[in-house]
Amino acid sequence: MLEIIKGYYAYFFLVAVFCIGLFGMMVKRNLMKKVMGMSMVQSAVILFWIVSAFKDGATVTVLDPARAVEDADLYLNPLPHTLMLTAIVVAVVTLGVSFALLIVIYRRYRTLEEPLLLEKMQ
Amino acid sequence: MMTSHIPLLIPATFLLAALLIPLAALLWRRLSWLLAVAATGLCFFYAVKGLAHVTTAGRLHYHLAGWQPPFGIEFVLDPLSAFFSVFVTGVALLALIHAGRVVAHEVSGVDMGFYALAMLLLAGLSGMVVTGDLFNLYVFLEISALASYSLIARGDPRAPLSAFRYLTLGTTGAAFYLLGLAFVYMSVGSLNLADVSHLLPDVGDTRPVLLGLSLMVLGIGLKMALFPLHAWLADAYTHASSAATALIAPIGTKVAAYVLLRLMFFLVDPQYLRDQTPLPAIVGCLGAAGMLWGSIMAMCQKELKRMLAYSSVAQVGYIALGIGLASPLGFIGATLHALNHACMKACLFLVTGNFRVRLGHSTLPRLVDDLRRTMPWSAAAFTTAAISMVGLPPLAGFFSKWYLVLGSIQQSNWVFVAVLVASSLLNAVYFFRVLERLYLTPLAPPDDTDVAAAAATREAPASMLAPTLVLAGALLVLGIFNAWIVSTFINPMIPSRLGW
Amino acid sequence: MPVTHESVIPLLAVLAPLAAIPLILLSSRRPNLREFWTLAAAFTACGLILSLLPGVLAGRTVAYDILTISPGIALSLRVDPTGLFFAIICSSLWILTSFYSIGYVRGAGEKKQTRYFASFALCIGATLGIALSANLLSFVIFYEMLSLGTYPLVIHKETRESYRSGRMYLTYALSAGLLLIVATAWTWALAHNLDFRPGGFLGGVLADEGAARALFLLFIAGVGVKAGLMPLHSWLPAAMVAPTPVSALLHAVAVVKSGVFGVIRVAGFVFGPATMQAFGLDTILAAVAAVTIILASVIALRQDNLKKRLAFSTIGHLSYIVLGVALLSPEGFMGGLLHLANHATTKIALFFCAGAIYVNLHKTEISELDGIGKVMPWTMAAFTVGVLGLSGVPPINAFVSKFYLCKGAVSSGQLVFLAVFLASGLLNMAYFFPILHRAFFRPGGAGLHGHSEASPLMVVPIVIVAVLSLVLGLYPNALVHFFDLARGISQSVMAGAAAPLAGLAP
Repeated sequence: MLEIIKGYYAYFFLVAVFCIGLFGMMVKRNLMKKVMGMSMVQSAVILFWIVSAFKDGATVTVLDPARAVEDADLYLNPLPHTLMLTAIVVAVVTLGVSFALLIVIYRRYRTLEEPLLLEKMQ
Repeated sequence: MMTSHIPLLIPATFLLAALLIPLAALLWRRLSWLLAVAATGLCFFYAVKGLAHVTTAGRLHYHLAGWQPPFGIEFVLDPLSAFFSVFVTGVALLALIHAGRVVAHEVSGVDMGFYALAMLLLAGLSGMVVTGDLFNLYVFLEISALASYSLIARGDPRAPLSAFRYLTLGTTGAAFYLLGLAFVYMSVGSLNLADVSHLLPDVGDTRPVLLGLSLMVLGIGLKMALFPLHAWLADAYTHASSAATALIAPIGTKVAAYVLLRLMFFLVDPQYLRDQTPLPAIVGCLGAAGMLWGSIMAMCQKELKRMLAYSSVAQVGYIALGIGLASPLGFIGATLHALNHACMKACLFLVTGNFRVRLGHSTLPRLVDDLRRTMPWSAAAFTTAAISMVGLPPLAGFFSKWYLVLGSIQQSNWVFVAVLVASSLLNAVYFFRVLERLYLTPLAPPDDTDVAAAAATREAPASMLAPTLVLAGALLVLGIFNAWIVSTFINPMIPSRLGW
Repeated sequence: MPVTHESVIPLLAVLAPLAAIPLILLSSRRPNLREFWTLAAAFTACGLILSLLPGVLAGRTVAYDILTISPGIALSLRVDPTGLFFAIICSSLWILTSFYSIGYVRGAGEKKQTRYFASFALCIGATLGIALSANLLSFVIFYEMLSLGTYPLVIHKETRESYRSGRMYLTYALSAGLLLIVATAWTWALAHNLDFRPGGFLGGVLADEGAARALFLLFIAGVGVKAGLMPLHSWLPAAMVAPTPVSALLHAVAVVKSGVFGVIRVAGFVFGPATMQAFGLDTILAAVAAVTIILASVIALRQDNLKKRLAFSTIGHLSYIVLGVALLSPEGFMGGLLHLANHATTKIALFFCAGAIYVNLHKTEISELDGIGKVMPWTMAAFTVGVLGLSGVPPINAFVSKFYLCKGAVSSGQLVFLAVFLASGLLNMAYFFPILHRAFFRPGGAGLHGHSEASPLMVVPIVIVAVLSLVLGLYPNALVHFFDLARGISQSVMAGAAAPLAGLAP
């Protein structure tokens, strides 16, 4: 049991982050808190990719004269990292769009609390 | 020479147009519309050319920057993607021609933004169709999603909130897709669709792959508005401007359905999936549930656009049901229904736009039978599309349902048959309710005093009427020539592992 | 083997009414031109159909594949004796109904006449398509077109009652169409063939009794709604709110007979007598039909509204045909086919009379008909011919078919059905004769003064159908060889051989 926790603690942490994010999106009434939850979900997924590329004792894929070039075990898989660079960009843009929407909503209704908003829209 | 570049040219043209439109709008505001229509027309031309090449000479592969497939990104036009790119660009072209007047009428002042975002949306959607790389698909998915959030945010006062809800759910869907992709990548070590599909049989432990696939299906199901993940759709379509709805509703969910087809028929062996996992059965059952739920909700609506939005939930269910059958007939039914539904729904939403421009509203209780006289062509187009939605021959909608019924019977899945029948009847109920409004003298005069003032005085302008009628005519043509479409375009795309 | 020829004539015959629709719609401002299109289409269609008769009598089958509509299935038309039989009835009665319609809608001052004539043409085109369909899928397509085309006619008066009836009709018709589609798809999955064949094509492929019964019930529910089989009949009396020519042609000839024709196709050309007997399907069908005959006649006794009484009488007589088919004996089948034609001419006469009375005197209830025999002598004479015929009195044509139906019941040894036929004949007299009694032997009220016969546009068709009923009663083979056709069809179906009209060879 301890072995599993020790070997995969990062994954447990990410599952927790993912679930907290989902919980926030679904349960919280404030739109800003929903955005925060959404951001946590995205971050958890991005970190999941990064963690999946982790290898014990390996380093970044920059040529190090001290290490052997042929041994792939000495280098991390660079692909997930580069992919997640794109995913981070996407996440940032999503945040930007969601903030823009929130600003529009706030300007019109002067609140971001969902029950109040729905009341004012009636 | 140019033919080999077509897979890239389609999304690239849209991206270029998205960049050019803000510049062009500085010169002359109307130029942004012209440019958008021209770019879409050009892409439609490319897509048709690509489809012709694919059917006669085989598939087209384009390696971005010359990197060979498993390492670089690959754009592929195979029978499936060529077919989808043709009707996605075709329907978008008609919707954009139609949008010219609607945008000026409903969201005037932001036409530049509208067309630039529309181009981004189409770049994303067409990119999702042509890309052969699973991560690239995610990027295009997000491009199209971000563009559609922004498009939907313009409309009536409630639009921003519905766009926000769509954004949170859509982003979660994309996150699920990305998470699932991580599992697949960790097991297989490749992101190229063909490569993954090739390597999968050698993977020893299939559980992570299946988990990843399920997560991807969940994410795409959200985008596709598969029951019970459809909550965002009704609000998003209702409160957005008619132009945005007419553009997004017919093709947005169809491209998501395309991704689902790709995942469940091409990424993994569909027969293995059907026999060893409950995934296709779950997708099929959710589709069936959506067909009933969407139809029932549509019956309760008073707003035409909202009714059509719920009807979309039901129609997406038909596609999911076909995918869930995981058989050649189910595949034909799903693909044909994607095409038919895109045309039918586009036609219905365009007519709604016509009503909104001429009447100022599209609320059902306030529609009067004068429309029969003042807007005869719009009413006729609506009737054609509605009858096709109900599924009466010889219109297009009948034939996709025919293949789905055949497929369900072939597997002795009588529950699906019963649901198909029930859903068609429910369709008839809510569409004939509208048709009665359009054609029959109301029994009691409507109590709204402003009805007389709101009554239309003339038919919609030609730029709106022409695309509407083209789509209505297309429904008849698609219905009559469905056997030709199936044998020429759809049969070649059925994966050989399915054994046709 | 029968010789099959390729010819576009069947297609043209189906297209003639359909082509009239845009012309009718375009000339909505000019009523005379509009009615000219209707008549031109009616004569063209009828002429084309009749031109096929000599060939069919000589044993030739004419076919035309329009296009492939589903891999392996073509939308195709084929003129076999059965289809031609039904097509002749519809197309020739359409001519008479067209004249009558013109008189009726103008006399009654109906609104939206353009929609009326356009929908009428659509219905006839669809019915001819049903008659000439070569396979089940084509049949289904035209069947659905017919459902849709009838709806505007049912709600034509645009009153609350007609809207309710229209919705009811649509619900029944669309549900039936969907069941038929499912049944067709199932048949395709079983046999990979949908072409009608005398004697049926499901013989070898149906093994499971449960599946056979389920499939048969799906089919019968699909076509039985239009055929007015109880308990699927209730749309038919409700649809009587439509204008009378609609009730006459559609609810006595085209729509309901399409349903009955569907029963004939399903029983004789899809399942076939042998298969029906093997799985006991004939008993199911016969029981339903017998119950319908008796119940409909009893209910008809209690109707005061003339058209409603005619509607229930129609329901009963449709089941005569169904029962004749279900007897699975050559005479019964032949009697059923003959009754298809004979009930058409007699019942259309009765409906025409009801319409003439309504337009002329604005009377709809039977209790108001006292003394009208003296005011409208020609109309009521025709009415008498129809009543006598349907009650089975010689020498009106319906006697011939009833005779063969009874003979079929005897020869198949099922005497209970003979009793059903005879009892129903008595019930027919019981609900029809009081009308004659009121019309001829009771003094008319003061309201009848100053009224005379209806317009000649209505009276002439009425007299023609009555004379036709009489002529076909005296000479069953007159004009279009109905008798020979019916005999040939029933022989080919019973023999299960693909040799239609074997009995016709000189």
